[in-house]
Amino acid sequence: MTSFLNALPGAISQGLIWGVMAIGVYITYKILDIADLTVDGSFCTGGAVCVMMIAGGCNVWLALLCAMLTGMLTGLATGLLHTACGIPAILAGILTQLGLWSVNLAIMGMKANQALNVSKQPLLVSLRYLQEVAKGTRPFYMHPIFIVGLFVLAIIAILYWFFGTELGSSIRATGANLHMSRAQGINTNRNIVLGLMISNGLVALSGALLSQYQSFADINMGRGAIVIGLAAVIIGEALFGKLFRNFALKLLAVAIGSVIYYAVIQAVVSLSGINSNYLKLLSALIVAVFLTVPYWKAKYFSKKTVKGGKTHA
Amino acid sequence: MLEIKEISKTFNAGTVNEKTALNGVSLTLNDGDFVTVIGGNGAGKSTLLNAVAGVWPVDQGSISIDGVDVTHLPEYKRARYIGRVFQDPMMGTAATMQIEENLALARRRGKPRSLRPGITAAEREEYRELLKSLNLGLEDRLTAKVGLLSGGQRQALTLLMATLQKPKLLLLDEHTAALDPKTAAKVLEVTDRIIRQERLTTLMITHNMRDAIAHGNRLIMLYEGRIAVDVSGEDKERLTVEDLLGMFEKVSGEQFASDRALLG
Repeated sequence: MTSFLNALPGAISQGLIWGVMAIGVYITYKILDIADLTVDGSFCTGGAVCVMMIAGGCNVWLALLCAMLTGMLTGLATGLLHTACGIPAILAGILTQLGLWSVNLAIMGMKANQALNVSKQPLLVSLRYLQEVAKGTRPFYMHPIFIVGLFVLAIIAILYWFFGTELGSSIRATGANLHMSRAQGINTNRNIVLGLMISNGLVALSGALLSQYQSFADINMGRGAIVIGLAAVIIGEALFGKLFRNFALKLLAVAIGSVIYYAVIQAVVSLSGINSNYLKLLSALIVAVFLTVPYWKAKYFSKKTVKGGKTHA
Repeated sequence: MLEIKEISKTFNAGTVNEKTALNGVSLTLNDGDFVTVIGGNGAGKSTLLNAVAGVWPVDQGSISIDGVDVTHLPEYKRARYIGRVFQDPMMGTAATMQIEENLALARRRGKPRSLRPGITAAEREEYRELLKSLNLGLEDRLTAKVGLLSGGQRQALTLLMATLQKPKLLLLDEHTAALDPKTAAKVLEVTDRIIRQERLTTLMITHNMRDAIAHGNRLIMLYEGRIAVDVSGEDKERLTVEDLLGMFEKVSGEQFASDRALLG
């Protein structure tokens, strides 16, 4: 139990970082109604760009910005494959994701991982800062939970504003009804591309934050990211769906969903001593169950109208 | 206002499912014309409207609206000139968005969508007034999700959306066919009122011969991808269902068997 409590701040920090990615997944999965598998590749792209730039002596903020812009390019690739080349969205995402594996390696100088030196390079978030704040050698505002928390709130605020604008509304309409959108003069293809770009920009930003936090980027760091993102979206919806109606609150629910997901995973690891290699299987099962329940509920447990009346009538 | 020249469209060309849906259709609508379109299943009614709306490119021919050649414009760009209501009430509105959001999207049809607010307070007031004119009690439900509305309410809303930004051409694709008779009559009444008020040039498909006769100043009947009958002016005023059935039998050389049309 104590090991779980000790690990909790780390789990919350990581959960919040992945929450940024989950908000990106929310944009494609919920708003555009597309399951975008680019995410598994673009998450690593963000981490790779960020680590290489910081290691090269670049400013942290600039590194984050570049990571995000590169992520947007990956979204652009998937978007064009889908809209201009007519490839189904899922397959377009898989193609980009596969291609990104090579690109990510190339960014990292053809190495499977690249590390940062935490004592030499000033970072925005780091696991070490978390420990140092706990010890009192760093001010509280450098705590990853605080900094990533601010990131999440700022992102939610910006997205809330954006999806309320004429352009943002038209992206929501595109995801809601393609026929209606075109009939109302909305360039649906452009909007799909734009949505994928915004989503993957956030995913790459999340990857960049995680690579700083753990002080390395790894070619496998994005593997299964889409599932974690979906888990966060689903958990957030299951817990707060009835409570949070406002768009900003829905995004907040996604971030909280991500934190809960990580806390649960941490609890499972700390309390059961399960080999952490089984975590991906566990994640896949959790998401499968959460996606199945509403379907089965509707199919097998919907209230049937009584047929035939009483048998002894 | 609308000039269609010799347009043709064949679906699934070169396969066993090949179907020539439009076969050299030419049609000119003058400003303010309200044309009703009838014809049997597969006659090409919806195909004609979809060709004008630009859902897909036509194989041959040209289409121009108010002097602008739109033959090669994609659907979303033609929307600048065209308001549309579909047969399926689900198709014309975004179910997961609010009533006012749907109206705000329609208000911006044909305009560049910028980073300005998607809806303003002044618009809300305007929408409230417009919805009041529908008499469906929607004026107090501006922020309700459209998915909660009935089919008739959704069609009335779609009609409002199609005409909110005055279109050069209004396309109605059997927009009352999915509604119960009472609701259908009400939606048609609203349709007539808006078309008259705004003097809209309109193409309206209907399965119902009585509606086709009662509305508009011109009636065309499609048969096998061609315009088989074209009645307007006083001839149209005097038209009866029996006349129409007679015309259809002459055109098709068969007894018109659709009881739906007879009962209508």
